[in-house]
Amino acid sequence: MSDVHQGANGRQGRHLQHNPTVLTAVAAGGAIGAAGRYLVGLAWPAAPGAFPVSTLGINVLGCALIGVLMVLVREVWTGHPLAGPFLGTGVLGGFTTFSTYAVDIQRLAVDGHVGIAFLSLAATPVGALLAVWMAAATTRRIARGMTR
Amino acid sequence: MRPLSLLLVVTGAAIGAPLRYLTDRAVQSRHDTVFPWGTFTVNVLGSLILGILTGAAAAGGVSSQVQLAVGTGFCGALTTYSTFSYETLRMFEKDHPRPAVCNVLVSIGAGLLAALLGAAIGQKIWA
Repeated sequence: MSDVHQGANGRQGRHLQHNPTVLTAVAAGGAIGAAGRYLVGLAWPAAPGAFPVSTLGINVLGCALIGVLMVLVREVWTGHPLAGPFLGTGVLGGFTTFSTYAVDIQRLAVDGHVGIAFLSLAATPVGALLAVWMAAATTRRIARGMTR
Repeated sequence: MRPLSLLLVVTGAAIGAPLRYLTDRAVQSRHDTVFPWGTFTVNVLGSLILGILTGAAAAGGVSSQVQLAVGTGFCGALTTYSTFSYETLRMFEKDHPRPAVCNVLVSIGAGLLAALLGAAIGQKIWA
């Protein structure tokens, strides 16, 4: 089971699988995250044939934030079982998108912009993984520094 | 930005996000391996659906309302890059580098194939 759903209390029991509170938190968070993604996309629309900057930015930012969040949820906010489902599964899961990433590449490739398609293909996972790694490491360092 | 457009996105997302959560839990309860099959499933499925929608839209068969609700809202919330990258990081941290690299390559490969296949299907059906 994804670590992100676990919240702060370690493994949630099987009895929580269809917990309406958790599902509501996920739905509400997802709605907020998706709204944010939509608004960012309106503010920075991608021209056809151009590099999809807003999708890349959204995904990299979302991955940085989940790096921060999961360290906080696991090591700092140890009394908030809905933090993971609401903020992680919900908001950040709704904010970031894999489908738009895949279809962006497909559309660019099919329209003949193969170079930009490859660039987009590679830049997102590289940016995303660097972001989550550095954000988690930095948050951990700060959190441990503060509890010393 | 029209309020109706935002409402359509939000409605689709409010369905997509819990569906991702439930799917992940259902898949992981059957295949509790290191590899995050749950996230993989929703990401590939969402890419397929968005691909179909995009292909159909290119053929003129989909309203903007449906694109907002199903595409931006539902598929955008059903799929996730944040959980995908966090789970990859966790695999590296727990000393499983090979499944981690596999997760990246296979998810992206399958997602891309799904988008391509979906677009072809969408265009064929709505042409």
